[in-house]
Amino acid sequence: MMKFTTLLRRRPEWMEHDGPCRDIVLTSRIRLARNLDGPPFPGWAKKENRVEIMEQLRPRVESLSVMKDCFSEDLANLDAIKKQVLVEKHLISREQAAKSGGCAAVINRDQSYSIMINEEDHLRMQSIRSGLDLTAAHAGLDRLDTELEDQVPFAWDRRFGYLTACPTNLGTGMRASAMLHLPALVLCDQVTSIINAANKIGLAVRGLYGEGTEALSNLFQVSNQRTLGDSEAEILARLEKVIRQIITHERNARRKLLEDNPQKVCDNIGRAYAALRFAHIMESKEALTHLSMLRLGTDVGVFPAAETKLIDTLLLEIQPAHLQIASQRKLTAEERDILRAETLRRRLTHLPEPDMRACQESDGPAGGPDVVI
Amino acid sequence: MKCDVCDENTATVFLTQIVKGDMQKINLCEHCAKEKGVTDPTGFALADMLLGFGHGERVETHPQEKTCRACGMTQTTFRKTGRLGCARCYSVFGEGMDGLLKAMHTKVCHTGKVPAHAGQLKAEEDLLARLRSELDAAVGEEHFEEAARLKIEINSLEKKLRSRVSV
Ligand SMILES: [Zn+2]
Ligand SMILES: [Zn+2]
Repeated sequence: MMKFTTLLRRRPEWMEHDGPCRDIVLTSRIRLARNLDGPPFPGWAKKENRVEIMEQLRPRVESLSVMKDCFSEDLANLDAIKKQVLVEKHLISREQAAKSGGCAAVINRDQSYSIMINEEDHLRMQSIRSGLDLTAAHAGLDRLDTELEDQVPFAWDRRFGYLTACPTNLGTGMRASAMLHLPALVLCDQVTSIINAANKIGLAVRGLYGEGTEALSNLFQVSNQRTLGDSEAEILARLEKVIRQIITHERNARRKLLEDNPQKVCDNIGRAYAALRFAHIMESKEALTHLSMLRLGTDVGVFPAAETKLIDTLLLEIQPAHLQIASQRKLTAEERDILRAETLRRRLTHLPEPDMRACQESDGPAGGPDVVI
Repeated sequence: MKCDVCDENTATVFLTQIVKGDMQKINLCEHCAKEKGVTDPTGFALADMLLGFGHGERVETHPQEKTCRACGMTQTTFRKTGRLGCARCYSVFGEGMDGLLKAMHTKVCHTGKVPAHAGQLKAEEDLLARLRSELDAAVGEEHFEEAARLKIEINSLEKKLRSRVSV
């Protein structure tokens, strides 16, 4: 069994690997909701019931083929900071972290699969992959689901499909989502109209940490809202089509921004670089905004492309619980802001100054790169 | 008495609220009361707290309302929380859910994954039986529009089943 410290030290597979459209899509995630036929759903069950269900399900989940040497823990054994770290890593939900008694999390070695026991449903199973790779993420999770279903028959009905605690998850029980980085659409004020258009066709657009969270760092989660009526493949195809359109819009917005207002882009990236390299106190929100500009910088060639991975790692490392676990103690907000700035300075020492020629090449007359001083 | 939220500490805050003529009671420890922002008991919905915990003692005011015999979930609590109590609840409350489901989803009938244990054929036969009884009910209640829709659905399903059996 993997220890918490090992889980913390190991970089998740999705961060290491370059999935399709990684410049704009950080991750693709699939979540399946499943329940046992008979016992009450976790939210309606008494604590003893939940413990019983957890004890029944946990060994089966641990014995799944992808769960070899996994991390598996009763959430009652994790303190608040550790649980928060798992939330920040998108391995458990905020709801799960807030629960007490009879809940567990099982996470595989490369953190591509995580299974929550007794969240809102008896099982919430997730797969996460780099880039825009919804179909592959679903295929893997579907195999896991079938393997588990062999041992534990899930509650299912011909008409309602997989039965879930909340009717919004009925049918496929599937929530598919992608995390998109859309700085140019935000800078051009186009992102709201895109969110509205997506909402109209039954897709939800949310911030970095899901429902009700702010779109920090220009990161947006796009997901299906409807789970009943269409097949898994249809839901995924529709979602992917819309995501590809959003990617196109973002690429066009970037191009237009560089053509119309290269100074604005250079200024944003330059300020972000200066603040991240030299500031000594930095709030999370400010850090995320600057990191977004750095990421845009690597995409347009102002920084080496290989730095994207580091930036994505930093998006996690500067989160409150990650900072606290790194310093091995509880920190006040002020202490966190100091440690955050320190971490960023240290991790970005090697980052060369932005090479703004990349922003200005398309602009101006015949000049070329050497016009830039 | 233990706290309804953490199930660990002793409850010191006792709340009662009347929501749509229905009385709800909840007992909290000091810590959870503070965490849930229960300083002003009128400023929060008890239902929100019950949601996800379920031990809030409910005082029955509709003795004859629909109740799931497997888990004790009642129509009123379901309406209030929007959550079912167990898988069996769907056979108790499912019939009245069409309107709700239409607002939430694309269609009200699952077309996705069929677990091996369910078996495609048996599942479709079950559906057919169900649609037929719904048709009877619709005709009985003179819901002719609904009946016509069900008839079309039944015909196409029968055709599908026949073609599969003959293969
Ligand atoms: Zn408590
Ligand atoms: Zn029930």
